[in-house]
Amino acid sequence: MTQIAKNTTGRKLGLVIDLDTCVGCHACAVACKEWNDGGHMAPLTDEDPYGAEPFGVWFNRVHAFEAGPQVESGCGGGGGGDTRTVHFPRSCLHCEQPDCVTVCPTGASYKRGEDGIVLVDEDKCIGCKLCSWACPYGAREYDYASGTMKKCTLCVDRIYNPNLPEAERQPACVMVCPVSARAFGDLGDAESDVSRRVAERGGVDLLPDLGYQPVNKYLPPRPRRAAAEHAPLADAADGADVGQRLLRWVDRLLSR
Amino acid sequence: MHPAASVILFTVTSGMGYGLLILLALLGVTGAVPPQPAFGLAGFGCALVLITAGLLASTFHLGHPERAWRALSQWRSSWLSREGVLAIVTYVPALLLAAGWVLAGRSDGAFAVMGWLTVVLALTTVLCTAMIYASLKPIPQWRNRWVPAGYLVMALATGALWLALLTSLFDLGRGLASAIAVPALLAAAGVKWAYWRDIDGAAPLARVADATGLGALGQARLLERPHTEANYLQKEMGFRVARKHAGRLRRLVFLVGLGLPLLLVLMAPVLPAPAASVLLAVALLAGILGALAERWLFFAQAQHTVNLYYGADAV
Repeated sequence: MTQIAKNTTGRKLGLVIDLDTCVGCHACAVACKEWNDGGHMAPLTDEDPYGAEPFGVWFNRVHAFEAGPQVESGCGGGGGGDTRTVHFPRSCLHCEQPDCVTVCPTGASYKRGEDGIVLVDEDKCIGCKLCSWACPYGAREYDYASGTMKKCTLCVDRIYNPNLPEAERQPACVMVCPVSARAFGDLGDAESDVSRRVAERGGVDLLPDLGYQPVNKYLPPRPRRAAAEHAPLADAADGADVGQRLLRWVDRLLSR
Repeated sequence: MHPAASVILFTVTSGMGYGLLILLALLGVTGAVPPQPAFGLAGFGCALVLITAGLLASTFHLGHPERAWRALSQWRSSWLSREGVLAIVTYVPALLLAAGWVLAGRSDGAFAVMGWLTVVLALTTVLCTAMIYASLKPIPQWRNRWVPAGYLVMALATGALWLALLTSLFDLGRGLASAIAVPALLAAAGVKWAYWRDIDGAAPLARVADATGLGALGQARLLERPHTEANYLQKEMGFRVARKHAGRLRRLVFLVGLGLPLLLVLMAPVLPAPAASVLLAVALLAGILGALAERWLFFAQAQHTVNLYYGADAV
């Protein structure tokens, strides 16, 4: 049913992605591809994988952005060193108001009432691609080989999988992340770890004005420490002896 | 957005068909044109063939055309589904009206009821086609108040050109057909002008900082794409047309697609029948060319917010 199913449990499963710690290693994208190539929406077809123009379906893509007070467009823009690189993994946000579901003419796209996961029934999909047009985030990718639309399943075949040890019942992208920049949990529960992280760090929605109410949240990069704190030791306040400098250095190290 | 040939052909062809069908039904039920069987056969034949060809073309871009019947199920939420249902339902009164006109030579009584039903259902079908696009929030050039009106006037203008040619060939009501085609073409020109002015002057829907949630840091711009080759998103939604080409195509729509037919339709009534029919055939061809250009631009000039993740500064 493409009318959005009523949430029956209050559970809103999703991801929290920390843009402060993500190092842009693409491990999440690769682990996602690896698991889902044999998972619920398998295969994630690759066309011409070793040729001149490889083309394939991925559920997770890692972009890199430059962000700062002043960012110039075009090559070699430059905010005078005051900008930073932000690695930005992009996948389905399992929105609460998913237009990708409501535009589906066949009922193949659906949002589960019990946990809010947005899925595609590959047996009903006619491959009209309208859902991918309705998604502002580019979460859905069409598989020309199967003639159907594919998307992130939030590893629905891992998180409830009794054959996996309990600690591994998490999405593949979360399991693999070497810096724990990705967390999985119930964002409908204000007391869950993920909800607390969002509250502490001021987690944000992407394109909030469009009204899709994404469940996944992004934690913005932490503010930079003031430039003075990065001043070289030689510039330390007059009169500070080596002992004091050492103590201050230890203090700074420990308070990180 | 990538201008897929099948969708352009579908919307232009079925639009012309519905436009012609609406006008034929209106002329029939109001008694403005007598229900002459030969004219009815040609008119409804053209309209229904155009509609059917358009609907078939729309299945060419599906990954699984054999499952197309499933698209009739979600009319409660999906404009695409509503369009499919209404397109099929419209055949019923349209075929009954055509049967009355062609077989019984009548368009009154119960057939007039069928005529009014045809008008309402065909108009609603065209509006559903438009709403498929006008309901998509990520594409500001489509989620625009002029889009439903644009689909409607283009359908009526191209339908009116078919009607003008047919009435000329069957030598009935030539002045009447011109009287319909002239305001339809003027309305189409007016709506398209307003639409293009609107999308050219609109403030951006979103910037990179909104798409990435990095607004707190100030601004953001793409530094590196996730992959070296274009993916589905870029092929489907990353299409860009140069402003120079867009300007030329807009002039083509105005001059060749709407202006030239207007001139020919105004000239036709004062000429002898064979010459008038030739002029109106040229007018129809020019109108179709203009409608194809207009629909191509409708896709090519539409920008999707996903482009914010692939290098666009604003959408």
